[in-house]
Amino acid sequence: MSHSPEAASHPALQHHFDSMEQQHGATTLGMWLFLVQEIMFFGGLFTVYFVYRLKYFTAFAAGSNTLDIRWGAINTAILIGSSLTMALAVHAAQTGRRKLLVLFLGFTMLLGAGFLGVKAAEYHEKFESHHVPGPAFHLDSHDKRFQGVDASNVQLFFSLYFAMTGMHALHMVIGLGILSVLLVKSWKGRFSPEYNSPVELTGLYWHFVDIVWIYLFPLLYLVDRYHHY
Amino acid sequence: MSGHIVPRRIYYGIFAALMTLTLLTVWVAFQDVDTHLWGVHIALNPVIALAIATTKALLVVLYFMHVRYSSKLTKVTVLAGFFWLGILLVMTMGDYISREWIKLPGN
Repeated sequence: MSHSPEAASHPALQHHFDSMEQQHGATTLGMWLFLVQEIMFFGGLFTVYFVYRLKYFTAFAAGSNTLDIRWGAINTAILIGSSLTMALAVHAAQTGRRKLLVLFLGFTMLLGAGFLGVKAAEYHEKFESHHVPGPAFHLDSHDKRFQGVDASNVQLFFSLYFAMTGMHALHMVIGLGILSVLLVKSWKGRFSPEYNSPVELTGLYWHFVDIVWIYLFPLLYLVDRYHHY
Repeated sequence: MSGHIVPRRIYYGIFAALMTLTLLTVWVAFQDVDTHLWGVHIALNPVIALAIATTKALLVVLYFMHVRYSSKLTKVTVLAGFFWLGILLVMTMGDYISREWIKLPGN
């Protein structure tokens, strides 16, 4: 491979790489290796979920039916929208459009914050209903959704609900932190068609978090809805 | 040097597909899709929900995450990650599902 001298002497080129191409390839692979371990990390949570859902299906269905599908669906749409603006931010960085890049990173952060706001409202409702696992956990015995189900197994569903959505939300918060750093750097014009790996790799992270939610939504919100209505 | 530049219209198309599939997965959750196979009652709702989620994840990985346009090394890395997740899920669930099939003393 031949490299132009300009590309090889780019100020963003770290000394241990021969060229910008090599640097980009290595950082992309590194990011994917990180994401692969993230797949295994969330995979453990999903495995626990599947094992207990199989064992206590009716309790999981009862717990799932207390969640509001509208909020879950709206948050899914918000997150998919933020993935679109993130992808468009990467496009703006690759084509060297600084203002568009700043704008799309800003949109992505706004949508991410909107997602967390909806999540906070949902958590608030769960605290008010005493559906949060712990000493205050309580199921309304007159509610016919809970007839004939073991409350401790419904509590297990909510433990997984909070563990999985909480870990997902933590990833969103970290993503927002990274995006705010990118926003400042973009504003200062640090990225160009020659050098934009940080934007692209943050995009990979953001889309990965989107994928986790794409699975969380049907698994937590849509359990056995047909038989309950 | 940056990665492959994906045309914006592809991003818009993927976004529209993801939104449509989200509506579809909500709609289908309220439909009666249970079936009977050789006298065994099978609830198809979770199967359809997971199939739709996997289709959405695949679209995100291939287009938003550029894997379709990435090097073979990246493709193998991504595939290995999901393959290992598959081992975790299939072997664990294979164990738990089949435990009820054979009655053993103390089971």
